[in-house]
Parts: sequence; C-alpha cells; structure tokens
Amino acid sequence: MSRVALETQKTTLSASYKTSKTLGNKIGYGILYFILGVIAIIQVYPLIWLFLFSLKTNQEVFGMSPFALPQDPQWGNYAKAWTAGHIDVYFFNSVLYTVAAVVITVILASFVTFAITRMEWKLSGLVLGLFMAGYMIPLHSTLIPLFNFFKTANMIDNPMSVILSYVAFNLPITIMILTGFYKTIPREIEEAAVVDGCSIHRIFFQITLPMTVPVLSTTVIINMIYNWNEFVFVNTFLSSDKWKTITVGVNNFVGQYLTDWGAIGATLMISIIPVLIAYFILSDRIVEGIAAGSVKG
Amino acid sequence: MKSVMSNKWVISLYVLPSLLLILLLIYIPIVLTGYYGLMDWNGIGKMKFIGLENYIELAKDTKFWQSAWHSLLLGLFSTLSLVGYLILSLILASKIKGANFLRKIYLIPMLLSSVAIGQLWAKIFDPTNGMLNRILVLIGVDNPPLWLADSNIVLYALFFPIVWQYAGFYIIIFYAALKNVPEELIEAAKIDGATSIQIAYKIKVPLIAGVIKVMVILAIVGSLKYFDLIFVLTGGGPNGASEVMASYMYTEAFSKYNFGYGSAIGFGLLVICIVATWVIQKLLNTKDVDY
Repeated sequence: MSRVALETQKTTLSASYKTSKTLGNKIGYGILYFILGVIAIIQVYPLIWLFLFSLKTNQEVFGMSPFALPQDPQWGNYAKAWTAGHIDVYFFNSVLYTVAAVVITVILASFVTFAITRMEWKLSGLVLGLFMAGYMIPLHSTLIPLFNFFKTANMIDNPMSVILSYVAFNLPITIMILTGFYKTIPREIEEAAVVDGCSIHRIFFQITLPMTVPVLSTTVIINMIYNWNEFVFVNTFLSSDKWKTITVGVNNFVGQYLTDWGAIGATLMISIIPVLIAYFILSDRIVEGIAAGSVKG
Repeated sequence: MKSVMSNKWVISLYVLPSLLLILLLIYIPIVLTGYYGLMDWNGIGKMKFIGLENYIELAKDTKFWQSAWHSLLLGLFSTLSLVGYLILSLILASKIKGANFLRKIYLIPMLLSSVAIGQLWAKIFDPTNGMLNRILVLIGVDNPPLWLADSNIVLYALFFPIVWQYAGFYIIIFYAALKNVPEELIEAAKIDGATSIQIAYKIKVPLIAGVIKVMVILAIVGSLKYFDLIFVLTGGGPNGASEVMASYMYTEAFSKYNFGYGSAIGFGLLVICIVATWVIQKLLNTKDVDY
C-alpha cells in the first residue's frame, strides 16, 4: 500500500473515532478533569493557606476558619521576620553559596563531560561510572567523616566546607544531564576545528560550551534549587549565625517563635518566594531538566 | 587529529579536579565511615580502637532495626504510591487539555526545601489550629487525630507531606517517558479496537518498564536515606515512633557525641542501601520482558 493511501486511511479512521465520542465519554472526561483539578488544589492550597496565615494575627489564626481572608493584612509580620530573624543575613549567605557552588559545579561538570564524551582515553568509562554511582551514595553515610575532615582542615564554620560539599554531591546529577545532551550534538564542527589546528581549550570554550547553553541553563536551575534548599551540610558544618543559610535559619527561627504564627508564616514565605519566582519564569526548563536527568539515568 | 583529542595533559586537567573532589568528599568518606565504626570516639578526643564492638551492638540494637523498618515502610509506601502517579501520568499524557499546566502545578511542592515543607506541615498537622483538623472539624469529625503526637499514626501521617512533595517529580518523569511512546503503536492498537485502558496496560506501561524500574529503585533507596523532613517535623519522635536510619545516626553522632557508634549506623545505612538496590534490580530483572 502506498504511503499516501495509508495516510488517508489513517485520517478517515481518526475522524470516525472523533465522531464516535459518546455522552459517556464526555462524562468520563469530566470525572478525569475533576480528579486532576482536586489534586491540583491539594498541591497548591497549603501554600495559599501559608500565605493567608502569614498576614494574620494569632487571634485570627486561632479563632477563624482556615479559609478566611486576613481582615487587616499584617505586612508587619514580614518586616519582623526580615530583621528579628537575621533573615537578611541568611538570605545573602544563601545567594552567595548557591551562586558560587552552581558556577563551580557547572564548569567542572562541563570539563568532565567534554573529556568523557569527546576525547579518547582508556579509563573514560570507569570514570563516568564513578561519577554516576555517586548519585546513589547516601549523603548521611559520609557525614561524620566529612565533619572530621573539615575539622582537621580547619574548615568547620567556614562556608568553603559547604560550597565544596555542594559541588561534590551535585557533580553526578549535573554530569548525568550533560552527558545525555553531549551525545545528541553533532561532533563535525569540533572535528573540523581540530583539522584546522584549533587548540583543545579553544574548541571547548568557543565551540562546545556555547552549543550546550540550553542544557547548561537546565543544570544551573536544578543545581540552584538543590543548593538553595540544602539543610544537612549547613546545619552540621556551620555554627555561627553570620554564616547560616535561609533554610537552616528558618528552621532555627521557627523553633524559637513556636507560637507566633504570623511571623513563622512570613519567614517561610520569604524563604520560598525566590524559588517560586524562578519557577514561574523558568518552569519549562525546570520540568525539562527533571525529566532529562532521571529518564536518562 | 587523534593525538589532539587524546592529549593526556588536557584530559587530566579537565577530569582530575572533579575526580579528586568526589573521591575526597564522597568515596573516601564512605570507606572511613566503616573504619570509624571500629572506634570508641566522641568526635573531639582521641579514637580508641574497639574492634567490632559497635557493629555487634548495632546488630543487636532494636532501635536501629526499628528505624530500618520505618525506613523500609516508607519505601514500600512510596513504591505503592508510584501506581497512583503512573495512573495520573497516563491520564495526563492521553491528550488532556492543560496537561502541561497541570503537571507544572503538581511539581510546585518539589521545589520547596524539606525544611519549609516540614515547618508548613507542622502547622497543617497542628491538632487544634492546623488546617487539616480545622477542615475535619468543619465536616463534622468530633475527635480528629493528634497526627504527629500520636505514636501509632505518626509514620502514616508523615507520608502525606512526602507524597505531597514528590508526586510532581514522579509524574513529570512518567509523563516524559509516556510521551516517548511511538504514536503509531497506539494508533495501530486503536484501529484494532483496543480500549484506552487496554492500550495503557498492554502497550504504554510495558514500553516504559525501564523508567518504572529506575523509579522503583529511586523511591526505595530515596526512602531508606530519608532525613530532612522527619528531622524537622518530629525529630524521630514521639518516643522513636518515626525514627529512621539517617535521623538515628544524626542524633547518636551530633547530639549524643557517639561518633563511633554513629559511624557504624552510617555504614549500616550504606550497606542496606547497596543491598536494597541490588535486590530490587535482581527482582525486577527476572520479570523483564522484551518488546
């Protein structure tokens, strides 16, 4: 059968399939949409509730319905959280560690991925395996030796300990995502550059790296979210208030102000707003990054 | 040309810094954890070699096995919930309008830190003022549960925020895998008169079996090393009812300063994770079918 005939048959069939949609079918879809909608509400409502109680007084939280809007929005809760809770310092530290670790991770991972997928050497498979397996190692099994190592190196209560740990533990997933992408981009341009006598470093920085910008932005976002939210390393390696990040700071602050719901809500909101903003702008990239990182693994 | 692309200096320059980092901060520490487990050590003073004493104690420690059991239970719940995520993804991937928007909504909790999720759910679970019990009272439940304060249900209660956090993650991955299923196969099955449920069960699910397998491993091993949320929400309490391996290790080492014993727990956690990965792979491979 010719291709054209097949195509026409397919269209007529799918057309008849469409018209055969019965009332039962419509009700079925209605139920499906209802279920999907309810789940969407479950996923989002706790955050709306958080936002509402961050603007309420304790009397409102304790006395009124959880669905009630704040009568007189207490924006002062945010001011209180920002200054009394050292949130300003924590916020700055979070930005600093996140940016430093992301930049180092992405550059190092690009070097490794380039060497593994583009260059020829015997141990490349083994080394790639070592990086990949790092993804399955439970972080907590490394925690005591890491603590001891940083203590002997005089790096306890020094942000470098946290930044280096972020880099080491994010290299596996970053290399995993990059490798998947490097395998799909053609090597001809790089090979032509080699023939033209281009140096390896120039090929990497001026040809390969620019070609990988889309996937680099994906890995940057994934790394950013991981680092911004990280808890155990900061909580274990850093003890001074001046070095803590917002994730750990929020936990301590909430622990101290157990009963002031408004201030707690405001603190939590401040800690999640940057991530939410990043998500609203870059949601396609984030979704793509999560799908790419895990399906290929 | 070959010589340029196999220049040993360049390869070392590109690979060694990263390799050194993961050796120093991941691989050497997991070996050292096993070694420190042989020591009596408070984290500050000198280590004293005591042989296998910590490991023998660990093998007899009901608290450790209880925490391992809790971790395993969370793993089993997580694996069961994969069925729900898979069904949702099948629905979303079957040409539902707004599927893209919906899966983005579902993912939102995954972006938050476990600390924020923990503190938020601490408020949701609050017996008198929390959202959950307020709603339960509104719909006429007289004595709503105490949730985190009730040692009989705390572990099940913890599972709500866990599902809430990870649902979007698994749905995104299943959805992406389902979108890779060739359209021709589904069209052909439709022409043969297969219902959508048959297509889902007999064509789509077997075709993404590889991804499902990886997700089962991720769900179980991820649960075995679960920590942040439980540490923030319950600290393992009440009375150890929600203690998991990682939280037990953390408390022993960093609150009680039993670094030797804590290391032994950490090593136990590592061994259990490796064994679990191996067992799941074996179990799933035997049922492997070629398509």
